[in-house]
Amino acid sequence: MIAFENITMRFGGVAAVDRCSFEIPTGKITGLIGPNGAGKTTAFNVIAGHLRPTSGRVLLEGEDITALPAHKRQAMGIARTFQLAHEFHRMTVVENLMVAAKNELGENMLNAIFRPGQCKLQEQAAYDRAMETLRFLEIEQLKDQLAGDLSGGQKKLLELGRALMQHPKIILLDEIGAGVNRTLLGKIAEKIIQLNKERGYTICLIEHDLDYVSRLCDTVIVMAQGTLLTTGTVEEVSRDERVIEAYFGGGKYQEAI
Amino acid sequence: MELSGILFYLISFLIMGGIYSVICLALNMQWGFGGLFNAGIAGFYAVGAYSAAIITSANTPNHVGGFDLPIVVGLVVAGTLSGIVGWAIARICVRLKADYLAMASIGIAEIIRLAVINEEWLTNGSLGVSRIPRPLEEFFTGRESEMVFFVFVWIIVAITFWVAHRLYKSPWGRVMRAIRDNEAAAESVGKDVQSFRTQSFVIGAIFMGVAGALSAHYFKFFSPDATEPLLITFLAWVMLIAGGSGNNKGAVAGALIIWAIWSMTEIITQQLPPDWATRSSYIRMLLIGLFLQFVLQRFRAGLFPEKAPKLNVKSHG
Ligand SMILES: Nc1ncnc2c1ncn2[C@@H]1O[C@H](COP(=O)(O)OP(=O)(O)OP(=O)(O)O)[C@@H](O)[C@H]1O
Ligand SMILES: [Mg+2]
Repeated sequence: MIAFENITMRFGGVAAVDRCSFEIPTGKITGLIGPNGAGKTTAFNVIAGHLRPTSGRVLLEGEDITALPAHKRQAMGIARTFQLAHEFHRMTVVENLMVAAKNELGENMLNAIFRPGQCKLQEQAAYDRAMETLRFLEIEQLKDQLAGDLSGGQKKLLELGRALMQHPKIILLDEIGAGVNRTLLGKIAEKIIQLNKERGYTICLIEHDLDYVSRLCDTVIVMAQGTLLTTGTVEEVSRDERVIEAYFGGGKYQEAI
Repeated sequence: MELSGILFYLISFLIMGGIYSVICLALNMQWGFGGLFNAGIAGFYAVGAYSAAIITSANTPNHVGGFDLPIVVGLVVAGTLSGIVGWAIARICVRLKADYLAMASIGIAEIIRLAVINEEWLTNGSLGVSRIPRPLEEFFTGRESEMVFFVFVWIIVAITFWVAHRLYKSPWGRVMRAIRDNEAAAESVGKDVQSFRTQSFVIGAIFMGVAGALSAHYFKFFSPDATEPLLITFLAWVMLIAGGSGNNKGAVAGALIIWAIWSMTEIITQQLPPDWATRSSYIRMLLIGLFLQFVLQRFRAGLFPEKAPKLNVKSHG
């Protein structure tokens, strides 16, 4: 379980996240929704360690990880994808995945120079796992393409694959479905459910399409203006007055239709 | 010019071309793999050159030392000191984004360069360090010694290339390229970005120092004029960009081609009227700039673009 405890994240005068608390339960698929600018991505950045919050604590299974840098949180089992494509664009697809596997021997500079043979086993293992992941995502035919040349949707799959390479416990998916066509969207949903049910991954996903969210998520967390609005099932929250208010802004929109 | 004259010219061309190849390969380790914008190459080069000069030249009252030690010792000390300077700069600057790193590295490296060349007790100031030996000097003189030095330089080029190539092919190199392409994503897959960037800055700095040492031995006399950033930093960048950053062969090819053009522009500027002579180096700079423009119009990623290394794995069906 990840506990997001009373977090405030300020950028200059703006509090992108403002005294916000919520929990991501283990073994579930949790949605994080809210209007544009609600602070969802910022919350992910705080959980993954890309931002150090102004105040508040992040706990992983009860352990305070607020001060840990991002790369150490990855080692604790937190993997993520990004809202805007963050592929390694001058590397091939298979390299993009292989780099996410840990290769302690080959990533040591002196080994790399003097004992390149040492890392061979790990390299083979990383490659096999990368190919297996690409097959799982059904994009193995792209393996030798430069990641920068992929389409938007393919990049989303690539990032999901990169997250899977890390043997994570928790995967944070930031609008993995945005800009993806319906067929692929369905496929991604299938994969997410499969990952959760069969491999037991905890998943938290940010998504704007409420139908999509209701298909996938056990519970949703609703944020607005940097704070927690409510939590519950999609059914529950979509009836909540405050949620409607936050999404549609004071009823004007509803009057208009 | 008779044949031996041409050969002799070619040898001296390849010696300087080789020294620039080392600098360029070193810059490729920093920028090509790691995306680290080092604008202070001349500083590392100066540290390496003066270290080697002081370590290997004969004792003199003009400056500290010389210690009259073997050339290999000088090379090791040059690389080590330059690497230590690189490490110190990396500790301060490596967190910065590329453009700020450029400014910080140029600032700090220039300070070091100016300090080194102005401390008379250390380096004899503008008078320079003289009587720097060349390898096997006691057996070969004149043109033969030049030949020996040519072989010596290209052995060092080969070693540098070998190191650069191994790094490029390794998982370490893959991590560096990932960091270069997207720092946040590299962190998110568990890479300690600062540590890797520091490593790549240091290994590059070491070889820049070694290149400085080579040039000190080649010139046999080393003075502040030889550390002119236009001649070192600017040219090295043009070489790498034209040759193809991220590609070690491109780094060497770029060094040789740009050095050839640079040498030819000297022939052109020699024909100019005398009152233009003072501006000649700027004219040469301009010509080189035009050439780079020409190359990049045609080949956006340089003459030898980066290629993903072949994976050292077996694929089963
Ligand atoms: N690095 C930053 N510097 C300054 N302001 C920021 C920064 N990152 C986010 N913000 C601000 O914080 C607020 C929340 O942004 P955030 O990206 O977390 O929203 P979001 O809920 O993910 O929105 P969307 O659904 O549009 O992706 C916005 O007002 C944004 O302008
Ligand atoms: Mg967002």
